Amino acid sequence: MSAITRDEVAHLARLSRLALTDDELDHYATQLDAIIESVAKVAEVAAEDVPPSSHALPLTNVFRADEVRQSLTPDQALAGAPAVEDDRFRVPRILGEEA
Amino acid sequence: MSLIRKTAAELGASIAAGEVSAVEVAQAHLDRMAEVEPKVKAFLHVDQETTLEQARAVDARLRAGERLGPLAGVPIAHKDIFATRDMPTTAASKILEGWRPPYDATVTARLREAGLVILGKTNLDEFAMGSSTENSAFHATHNPWDLTRIPGGSSGGSSAAVAAYEAPLSTGTDTGGSIRQPASVTGIVGMKPTYGGSSRYGLIAFASSLDTPGPFARNVLDAALLHEAFSGYDPMDSTSIDAPVPSVVEAARNPDVAGLRIGVVKEFAGDGYQPGVLARYHEAVQLLESLGAKVVEISCPSFTTALPAYYLIAPSECSSNLARFDAMRYGLRVGDDGTRSAEEVMALTRAAGFGPEVKRRIMLGTYALSSGYYDAYYGQAQKVRTVISREFEAAFQQVDVLVSPTTPTTAFPIGERADDPMAMYLADLCTIPSNLSGNAAMSVPCGLADEDGLPVGLQIMAPVLADDRCYRVGAAVEQALEARWGAGLLSKAPEL
Repeated sequence: MSAITRDEVAHLARLSRLALTDDELDHYATQLDAIIESVAKVAEVAAEDVPPSSHALPLTNVFRADEVRQSLTPDQALAGAPAVEDDRFRVPRILGEEA
Repeated sequence: MSLIRKTAAELGASIAAGEVSAVEVAQAHLDRMAEVEPKVKAFLHVDQETTLEQARAVDARLRAGERLGPLAGVPIAHKDIFATRDMPTTAASKILEGWRPPYDATVTARLREAGLVILGKTNLDEFAMGSSTENSAFHATHNPWDLTRIPGGSSGGSSAAVAAYEAPLSTGTDTGGSIRQPASVTGIVGMKPTYGGSSRYGLIAFASSLDTPGPFARNVLDAALLHEAFSGYDPMDSTSIDAPVPSVVEAARNPDVAGLRIGVVKEFAGDGYQPGVLARYHEAVQLLESLGAKVVEISCPSFTTALPAYYLIAPSECSSNLARFDAMRYGLRVGDDGTRSAEEVMALTRAAGFGPEVKRRIMLGTYALSSGYYDAYYGQAQKVRTVISREFEAAFQQVDVLVSPTTPTTAFPIGERADDPMAMYLADLCTIPSNLSGNAAMSVPCGLADEDGLPVGLQIMAPVLADDRCYRVGAAVEQALEARWGAGLLSKAPEL
């Protein structure tokens, strides 16, 4: 039995915003299946009472004073943009036709 | 001796004494690059004029009587994952091809303050995901010991540049072994500092709870000098540790291991390890014992589960971090023909801009974080992370450092594991535990494997903020082996 189906991989690709071809989906379905089967070994180790660690350092939130500081100018912030209009990032339409 | 064969410490001293200029040193390395780059291909971006301009500025600062650090005027190769204002920064990805950041990474800024001269940006596996540098979107890099083999990864351009005498120093980042494994397979020194000991600000993020900048050099003292130059607290990185940098330079100058307790990790040997790697590793352990260290075997049974835990944690963090590449604010945009929606443009851009390994990891991470699978995969991997940290803590109650081989094999042939992700992932088997627990770890050369004559590395792991112990032990191994060989390991490398 496979750990992950091709349909599930297609769903993951949609969630990940990756427009994959059919050939790519076939390829990744095989590879991800092998990888997921292998990483499932994590289930064998940690017991119920072990707390999870998201991080190596015992840090919680780090705060700084809420003060205005120098940051990028609009020109600097827009310098790498794919498209710019009126000092703003120009993006493709984000709403449906009917909007 | 030619300038390119000198150590960084020697070059810094000669420049400070006025015996040679930073410009002359930079030019010697640019000449070397012109000679060997067609074979090694360590760099993604080189700009002679920008390099010489930096060198001229250092010479002017020194002439004006400014007191700079011990590496002022020394050239360095900089991994192309650190933001640099004056050079493109791509993470070896098509999605960032030609991008120039509007700011410098903290590591970059500190290199400049210390007067280091950046020679160019080095190749890597795309977004630092890989162990061979074959995942670069632009080209593969070749191991100077054998041009048909990989230089390790992800920081393979940085390891190859130093091993090929194109630069005396380079920067790397280590998320699962991306400094230590390339150092091991190219016969140089590579250090992963304690997590939080070196700043991630301006480092293009792969897995933020693991990513750690660190140094490469041809000897332990040079690595320590570079470590000290760019490490330390940075308010721009919220996981930066507000504590003094461990005294790594002093430790590198005092290679005394008498009475030191060294733990040999029982689980990192045996099946799957190349015999020549194990032979050199066991000799290095015996060497440390002969120098007065007390060697004991330590069992860390969960370390073998570090690899699967890592391949859930790192892809999970990557799937979140790489969501920023949305084709809107910077980088590539594909298919914006006026009819497509932002979401369609985003999906086309990411499909065109990311390579196969990056896509695999984004989807794997998305899977591990999705509802229904979260507890079984990501949640469980986080528990393994706790267990591994506890095993390190228990081990460091008994010993001062742990040792293992850095990686199970020597450099493998280019192409051999390119289509087999699981085989590729095994290269990080021994290095990953230290990323999960955040402790310091180094790879130092310990000889050549008999089967193939290729370099083998010894991994030295020390507790959080005890980075100096890695340098003390590394320097002891280096000093004893150089006395035996009459020179450093790289003296045995073939001429390019």
